[in-house]
Amino acid sequence: MVDVQFRFRNDEAVNDPAVTVDSFGEQSNASAVRIEPGDDARKLLPFLGRLKLIEVNFPAWTDGRGYSSARVLREAGFEGELRAVGDVVIDMLSHLRRCGIDSFAPDHALNEADAKAAFDRWENVYQAAADGRDAIWRKRHG
Amino acid sequence: MYKYDQYDQQMVDTRVAEFRDQVRRRLGGQLTEEQFRPLRLQNGLYLQLHAYMLRVAVPYGTLNSAQMTALGDIADKYDRGYGHFTTRQNIQYNWIKLEETPDILADLAAIEMHAIQTSGNCIRNISSDQFAGAAADEVVDPRPYAELLRQWSSFHPEFLVLPRKFKFAVIASETDRAAMKLHDIGIKMVKNAAGEVGAQFYVGGGMGRTPMIAPMIREFVPLDQLITYAEACLRVYNRYGRRDNKYKARIKILVHELGKEEYTRQVEEEFAHLLGQDIEPPIAELERIKTHFTDPAFEVGAPDDLDLTDPDFRLWVERNCHTHKQPGYSVATVSLKPVGGIPGDASADQIRLMAQLAKDYSLDELRVTHAQNIVFPHVRKADLYTVWKALDEAELSTANLDTVGDIIACPGLDYCSLANARSIPLAQKISQAFGSAEKQSELGELKLKISGCINACGHHHAGHIGVLGVDRKGVENYQLLLGGSEGADTSLGQITGRGFDEDGVVEAIETATQVYLSNKQGEERFLDTYRRIGMAPFKEAIYG
Repeated sequence: MVDVQFRFRNDEAVNDPAVTVDSFGEQSNASAVRIEPGDDARKLLPFLGRLKLIEVNFPAWTDGRGYSSARVLREAGFEGELRAVGDVVIDMLSHLRRCGIDSFAPDHALNEADAKAAFDRWENVYQAAADGRDAIWRKRHG
Repeated sequence: MYKYDQYDQQMVDTRVAEFRDQVRRRLGGQLTEEQFRPLRLQNGLYLQLHAYMLRVAVPYGTLNSAQMTALGDIADKYDRGYGHFTTRQNIQYNWIKLEETPDILADLAAIEMHAIQTSGNCIRNISSDQFAGAAADEVVDPRPYAELLRQWSSFHPEFLVLPRKFKFAVIASETDRAAMKLHDIGIKMVKNAAGEVGAQFYVGGGMGRTPMIAPMIREFVPLDQLITYAEACLRVYNRYGRRDNKYKARIKILVHELGKEEYTRQVEEEFAHLLGQDIEPPIAELERIKTHFTDPAFEVGAPDDLDLTDPDFRLWVERNCHTHKQPGYSVATVSLKPVGGIPGDASADQIRLMAQLAKDYSLDELRVTHAQNIVFPHVRKADLYTVWKALDEAELSTANLDTVGDIIACPGLDYCSLANARSIPLAQKISQAFGSAEKQSELGELKLKISGCINACGHHHAGHIGVLGVDRKGVENYQLLLGGSEGADTSLGQITGRGFDEDGVVEAIETATQVYLSNKQGEERFLDTYRRIGMAPFKEAIYG
């Protein structure tokens, strides 16, 4: 069990134990799964309906595969909790949010003030991503 | 030239604030050097052998005179009065203090510049043809597409921690002046049979220890799908590029290991998916950007006459000036390769002088070239002599473009913590040995490129003559390569054989040029002769 430090959802936090992607297929009642950097997030697409929580693990924050995993899941319509776990650092927070991550359970608790500043940093963004924010080009052209 | 709107300005201002905060956390001990390193790199800040180095982005190599002036002022205020123009059309400062970097970034933001993603494992500054908007042979001006890509790639949330660095180049001419096929993604703007403009994608080129020429993976991407296609290319790389070995992490290895067909298939599959995600800026955005790249106010009917009675001026015009698309105008390149100088270096005063000349005589524009020179893209022929005179007084009139004296060299062991050997003293020695006007004119076009380590920042694979510095049991050793090229006829140089010491490699280059001169037929360049007669005669002459 990991401690969720930041959560941007109104529903009840999910505390089900997350199983690995490999064992998930055999455990038809599991409602939480953890994706490792080398896992193909698209393997989970047939099961999104019964998943309440997907943890995206960052063993090292400099391995960016989890960003693509998160976005792939949101693009496929996953609406459950998408939680970043592991080596989650201040300077990743706003970008992870953009890729659809909506809860954060860092290995080492982050400074609250620094984290808040990081979440609030970017008033505008250049790209459309998985957070539904309007890109600057949309603001320019409506 | 592109002008920031409120959004662009706010983005760079926000980055300054973010970096200031990161530096505060580093200096306050909340971030270790190990944690800080990837963050500072994404802002172009390296820790080199003696000090920090800051690399400032010059998007697609285009600058106005106010920006150039400010770059000179930064060299005086925060460095030791010099700037170094790089092979990716950027400028870097070698003597920077960490505490001052947020202020430098603020100074840059004030002139619509930044150091965003000039290093680190992310999408780097987009490079382009230094003659864009002036070249007689371009299909369109490539820079609006480069600007569209600049905005898309800046702080792209999914692609900030890629397996390795990622470099784009965008061109729009048959003549490739940007080494497009030696980039992670090279884009050539083309017209299809219906006359529509689109993007041809070449993916998986690069230099480094495994040099590869990028294969074309898509002949034509329509303009309203350009960003979506680039996003698909990057996503496949981010998910499947190797992360187990940093020397195999570039996209060229992925494309090579999967095979071009399989990589292309995966990209097309991802592309088909992403087309449904509404991530493409509207064509109206491209049109908005294009309005910033309309032709400057050329004087109609400007005379084409040029008084070439001054022989030194004549030589400079012949060597350093190119045909402009507008009658009465010329494209003039300022060589930053004086005999015995440091390739790409310019003093603060020289930088400001070039800024002033661009303001007075080049419709306020300058370009940085990947060969580490500066271009005045729009000079009236009537002003060319005045410009040359002013350059001459500032020791900026070297007439050696694309000759053996126009050497590309990385900073090497004098500055860089990765280097195995020094590049700059060798470049200076070669430049002196071959520096005379007679020698240069006898040898004609001869591109010589020096890297101080296998990472190939000095593009040695793409030199007609390339030199690679290696460390051989603690002693600097230089390998010689022949036959590389970066143009439309891109090829990779071949190693001649065992390496040399510093004097030995200068001697071997001298021998190679002798082989060329005695075998040259007609108007053949060194490269043409090499391609015709092959390596054997060179090898024999060099090693006996």
